[in-house]
Amino acid sequence: MAEGRVSIVVEHCKACGFCVEFCPTHVLELSSAFNSKGYHPPHAVHPERCSGCDLCGMYCPDFAIYATKVAPGKERDK
Amino acid sequence: MSDSLITDIVNAGVNPVDQILRTDRMPHIWCPGCCIGTTVNSFARALIDSKIDLGSLALVSGIGCTGRVAGYVKLDSFHTTHGRAIPFATGLKLANPKLNVVVYSGDGDLSAIGGNHLIHAARRNIDLKVICVNNLIYAMTGGQTAPTTPGHSITSTNPYGTFEPSFNLPHLVEAAGAVYVARWTTFHVRQLARSISEAFQKKGFSFIEVISPCPTLYQRRNKLGDGLDTMKYYKEKSKVRHGAPTGEVGLTMTGEIIVGKFVDRDRPDYQTMMRSQYCESLGEKFVEQEEMVCS
Amino acid sequence: MKADHCKADPRGVLTGTHFIDGDHACCEGALAAGARFAAGYPITPSTEVVERFASRVPTVGGTFIQMEDELAASITLQGAVWGGAKAFTVTSGPGFSLMMEHIGYAAMTETPCVFVDVQRGGPSTGLPTLPAQADMMQARWGSHGDYEIIALCPNSPQECFDLTIKAFNFAEEFRVPVMFMMDEVVGHMTEKVVIPPADQIEVFPRKHTHKSVEDYLPYGTNGGQVPEMAHAGEGYNFHVTGLTHDERGYPNMTPPVQDKLVRRLQNKIRAAADRISLFEEEQLEGADVVVVSYGITSRVAQRAIEAARKSGLRVGKLRLITAWPFPEKKIRELAAKVKSFVVPELNLGQMVREVERAAAGKARTFAVSHAGGGVHRPEDILKVIVEASRCQTA
Ligand SMILES: Cc1ncc(C[n+]2csc(CCOP(=O)(O)OP(=O)(O)O)c2C)c(N)n1
Ligand code: SF4
Ligand code: SF4
Ligand code: SF4
Ligand SMILES: [Mg+2]
Repeated sequence: MAEGRVSIVVEHCKACGFCVEFCPTHVLELSSAFNSKGYHPPHAVHPERCSGCDLCGMYCPDFAIYATKVAPGKERDK
Repeated sequence: MSDSLITDIVNAGVNPVDQILRTDRMPHIWCPGCCIGTTVNSFARALIDSKIDLGSLALVSGIGCTGRVAGYVKLDSFHTTHGRAIPFATGLKLANPKLNVVVYSGDGDLSAIGGNHLIHAARRNIDLKVICVNNLIYAMTGGQTAPTTPGHSITSTNPYGTFEPSFNLPHLVEAAGAVYVARWTTFHVRQLARSISEAFQKKGFSFIEVISPCPTLYQRRNKLGDGLDTMKYYKEKSKVRHGAPTGEVGLTMTGEIIVGKFVDRDRPDYQTMMRSQYCESLGEKFVEQEEMVCS
Repeated sequence: MKADHCKADPRGVLTGTHFIDGDHACCEGALAAGARFAAGYPITPSTEVVERFASRVPTVGGTFIQMEDELAASITLQGAVWGGAKAFTVTSGPGFSLMMEHIGYAAMTETPCVFVDVQRGGPSTGLPTLPAQADMMQARWGSHGDYEIIALCPNSPQECFDLTIKAFNFAEEFRVPVMFMMDEVVGHMTEKVVIPPADQIEVFPRKHTHKSVEDYLPYGTNGGQVPEMAHAGEGYNFHVTGLTHDERGYPNMTPPVQDKLVRRLQNKIRAAADRISLFEEEQLEGADVVVVSYGITSRVAQRAIEAARKSGLRVGKLRLITAWPFPEKKIRELAAKVKSFVVPELNLGQMVREVERAAAGKARTFAVSHAGGGVHRPEDILKVIVEASRCQTA
């Protein structure tokens, strides 16, 4: 059960890979799809593992990813 | 996912950094893998965590890739001239002591063309928080040698390798009188945020050096890989040594990077000293500076 | 009195009759105008201005800081302006040269401030203790790019007081750096200076915005020429940059934005040139020759003018109080009526070029140059007046 939810502003991503590399629980991978600038933004391959620690958000030089904590129980309601 | 084009996905909440960004100016000009933006994230978290009143915060930059930070933050922000962020910030702070004044600029800006101002502001102990993004190079102008470029690096103006000794900035500013000196790399996002918060608790000249990659010019010319490779290098080769003697924290091209809080001491700041000197010498005749309401 | 003027803060006004030199009078003018911040770096023959400010300002409520160099001084004062102060710096030739980049910054960012230059002989270290008027073109063109400034030239300690106030008032009204072009003689000459009561001194207040945070455009002019200012710490979250910028203050480095901005920076001064151009005139009506001078040279020229009149020549006098914007309309009008202009100045020919340009061949122009280090001998000026009175109009 995910404690956090990661959000990605795909158009701002420049595919540096920091978020993928430094996510402690390996939630992310760069996708094979492109954004309109030709970069491969990340996507969550294991969203259930996201703790909402926002380390990805702190690393992202392009302000293209961030995470929010999910209130317990909330995620299941969706 | 397939090899398709994705343009949008549904996002939740807001990015905390957006609170201090001029989002209408995004995306920014910095290269892929450049970590100037990463330092801005730590700065934003520090402001939020330490509950600084953003209305009383002014940010001053010089010129350079890092100097562009001033244009991206939703604060009273000044993009000044090359090297002169510190004296501009000095005027701002002295005219309105209630302001929290941050100087955010590059290594070349602060330590080469602005080097004289750096040491004198530290000596005077002007109450400024200086964040120096040290990418070991003059980036904005195309990768020329800076006073911080480690020996043997290839730069556009030392195509056969640099041979000038470089500045060890923490050592320099400690000797000049800074009350708070720390160094982190852009790998140390949380530690950096904490240091910035700590600096806000200090009254006086604080200096935080952030070692940051310039993948486009420094890393590429020196075959040091891209931004991610550099971040991995920082992770591997950084050693946290709080209180390390600053004389021992000089940088090399590929060696160990000593990080941590090196100096945390107290000394009256410029305005405190000025006031007490005037009180002592002028007694009754001293008139406190009021808020500078211009008429 | 215009509605947007107000009276000087009495705390800064040393009302009374004084016997002081031009440097000290300039400092008193700055205090009377409301300057509460100065940053400086010592240089002869200007230092007395900040020395006096350093001694006076803690009794008035303000700050003086001696910076590490003129590069610093000339931008520190601008930081103070954005913090809410009226501020200035004081220097002489070598320091003025170092300040050039920041004159451009003040022009570009529309930072109201005053640069005092007590001119000495150059180039380089030149004549540290002796006069010249050789920074006149530098004051106008010294920073790179197209811009416009205002420059005033006092010729007595009394004017050092009066015109320093005017300099601050122009700076505030037009949001422009104003050059206060003294010279060593005027700076060090001691004369009677009358400082009126504060309620007789008009001061132009900062053009501070009344707009709400939402409505405020830092470089929007609402059809006018001069934008309204906000200060740091008031919640406006404005951005100031020396890059070409739009009305929001955001960098926008495109030819149309550059064109609009730089033309406005020029036009805001040019459109008001008639009002800014101050001069003193004497017997211009029916004159054959007009002597155009400024600063200390105007006082030396007076002797020559009077001698020439005694010998029957019809000589008029035009003393430039405002050097920039150059009063070209006035010169053009005169050129249509007179035979010639005589321009004595303590340089090898600076403002004389402007006179010649404005006269546009309608009247001849004679320079009376002097390399600096002293003042002209009145007979040298007289000789040229005589020559000029005999010339044939082109
Ligand atoms: C007076 C002046 N000289 C030179 C320059 C050109 N210039 C712009 S940025 C820069 C170097 C910036 O280096 P640094 O401060 O390290 O910033 P970075 O781009 O590396 O972040 C130089 C030399 C200038 N703008 N102004
Ligand atoms: S850190 Fe940011 S820019 Fe880099 S890959 Fe992740 S989302 Fe993209
Ligand atoms: S919030 Fe933390 S756990 Fe979730 S994706 Fe980002 S780095 Fe990984
Ligand atoms: S040139 Fe270097 S410092 Fe400048 S934005 Fe690109 S990577 Fe960053
Ligand atoms: Mg750099």
